[in-house]
Amino acid sequence: MGNVVQRQTRGALRFEVCGNMAGLELLSDQGYRLDGRKASELRKVQARMGVFAQADGSAYLEQGNTKALAVVYGPHEVRGLRSRIRHDRAVINCQYSMATFSTAERKRRPHGDRKSTEMSLHLKQTFEAAVMTQLYPRSQIDIYVKILQSDGGNYSVCVNAATLAVIDAGIPMRDYVCACTVGFVDETPLTDLCHAEESGGVSSLALALLPRGGQIALLQMDARLHQDHLESLIEAAMTACKGVSKVLDEVVRQHLQEVSVLSGE
Amino acid sequence: MKDTPLSNCERDFLLKAIEEKKRLDGRQTYDYRKMKITFGTDYGCCFVDLGKTRVMAQVSGELVAPKENRPNEGIMFFNIELSPMASPAFEQGRQSELSVKLNRQLERCLRNSKCIDTESLCVVSGEKVWQIRVDVHMLNHDGNLMDAASIAAITALCHFRRPDVGIQGDEVTVYTPEERDPIPLSIYHMPVSVSFSFFQQGTYLLVDPCEREERVMDGLLMIAMNKHREICSIQSSGGIMLLKEQVMRCSKIASVKVSEITELISKALENDKRARKAGGRCGFAESMPQERITALKMDKTSVEMTDVSDRANDIVQKSEAPPQTVPSPVVPIPGVGQVGQGLQNTWGLEDDEEEENGEEQDEKITEMEEEQHEKEESRGGDVVEISDSEEEEVVILHPETPDKTPKNTGSSFHQKMAATSKKRQKK
Repeated sequence: MGNVVQRQTRGALRFEVCGNMAGLELLSDQGYRLDGRKASELRKVQARMGVFAQADGSAYLEQGNTKALAVVYGPHEVRGLRSRIRHDRAVINCQYSMATFSTAERKRRPHGDRKSTEMSLHLKQTFEAAVMTQLYPRSQIDIYVKILQSDGGNYSVCVNAATLAVIDAGIPMRDYVCACTVGFVDETPLTDLCHAEESGGVSSLALALLPRGGQIALLQMDARLHQDHLESLIEAAMTACKGVSKVLDEVVRQHLQEVSVLSGE
Repeated sequence: MKDTPLSNCERDFLLKAIEEKKRLDGRQTYDYRKMKITFGTDYGCCFVDLGKTRVMAQVSGELVAPKENRPNEGIMFFNIELSPMASPAFEQGRQSELSVKLNRQLERCLRNSKCIDTESLCVVSGEKVWQIRVDVHMLNHDGNLMDAASIAAITALCHFRRPDVGIQGDEVTVYTPEERDPIPLSIYHMPVSVSFSFFQQGTYLLVDPCEREERVMDGLLMIAMNKHREICSIQSSGGIMLLKEQVMRCSKIASVKVSEITELISKALENDKRARKAGGRCGFAESMPQERITALKMDKTSVEMTDVSDRANDIVQKSEAPPQTVPSPVVPIPGVGQVGQGLQNTWGLEDDEEEENGEEQDEKITEMEEEQHEKEESRGGDVVEISDSEEEEVVILHPETPDKTPKNTGSSFHQKMAATSKKRQKK
């Protein structure tokens, strides 16, 4: 994690991440990053499925210091606006929220601002592409994701957590949806950015991938990047997503084994 | 009010047309609609027409306290207003999904790409900075709002001039435009968004979708670039699966389109600057008398006009004067009216000729002569080059029989004509 400087200004406690300041080296000459990773190294991914008894599916996922909780309800009948019913497929309802204590500065509203509405939209879009919604006409699937601690790559962590939750709920998907953010520094793509790197003015690209077919369910990029570098960046992101998918697959298999032992099969 | 859904027939028709690489407005796959950029009387007001999509952007500046974590940077604020005026699908008040999507995309396109030097907007560090507010209003929705909005916003930002500020000690003075010339913003580059719509699971790709096309599309890919071929933002939306190759292809197309659009923008800015310098009527007021503010105006359709007069003359020469038949109504029994049998057919001779053809053989010969005569006559026309009408020409050639030409009908006249024209050739 990046250095956190604590300062006393005008009586208010303030945190500032050094990454904002110029001159911070994101990639050392030896090829190491701020937190000691190599350029193409992912953060440690740890996950558990079935963390809530009440929900149809749930999962908890940590990617480095970013922690997310995902819960899936459904498929159930459409609640609220009847006009949302689709006669040929299920509608997916997503809500993204961030715990008020998830960032260095305390958040006032956990959800409802522009950024989280947009994030909800992106999650919805990603899962509409991946979940086989046509199997459940006239129904609704709710996916609620909460960020408990935010240290960069919020979108990708949410997607990964939600994928596990959807699998836990037993809803068929075309494939695992794996997401990863990739940055570009000194002509080198850096995989799985942490917060210090994200706020350090790196051009970052978030990509959600269905690894088996190599299909991109969502692509989003910020900041400037020359066109010629795009291909290498997408390539790096796809490799990273494939790495994530391996980890997720392991988690799912592990979970199934535990469950089958418990149920005595 | 909810938008009326598209009927299945329309949907199928559109998709079929797209499959056949045809578009409703006759464009090619990668064509943009006609784009027009106009400016208001004030600095920082810009209208963009993209086909029938019409968007207005207004930039305004205000002195505010800076954000705590960025004490010496100005603040950029973007807002896209989807008023129900533009489309019945837009609802008042509520933040719809589309509005969030467009707003965030515009923010990403213009703020995160750091196209504007925010540090130059600082007046007193930690106390006073300029807040630049860009309001984009949708006036008419005919698809591709994002591109129109991004073009309008960046053009308006380029056009905007903020008042000059002077600092003496603790005092900050904002000068009026009369006292000191207002200052333009410092803009590093101009990101322009290009939208691609995908159909049939990404098999077909269209640039600049119109509203109809947007309704049947599977997904959208928006790429914002500047003319230096730097990608400022990419955003895919809608539940489509893209392949890497498609993204790469789109980025290549986008770079071409962006350089075209940037050129158009700079030309528009240049024109406006010149008009303002010359002190002529500039801005929106100038275009007011000719057209309405929103969509109700006619687009000019370009038609091939180069050889029209020649061709018209040709046709006039070849055609024959309609026979002047005297109407003689046939009344079988007095007091009985009949519809459609009262007059003789005056629509050319073809019907009569066909009948005659069937009857006699020698008539055929006359007809052949007729044809011959026609050819000759047209040739004669070329030589003489008087071209308004047949009668005139004939009058010149045969001054001794002026009254016969228009009145005579049938083969005898043509035979005569044939003879005379042969004579003419011999001459």
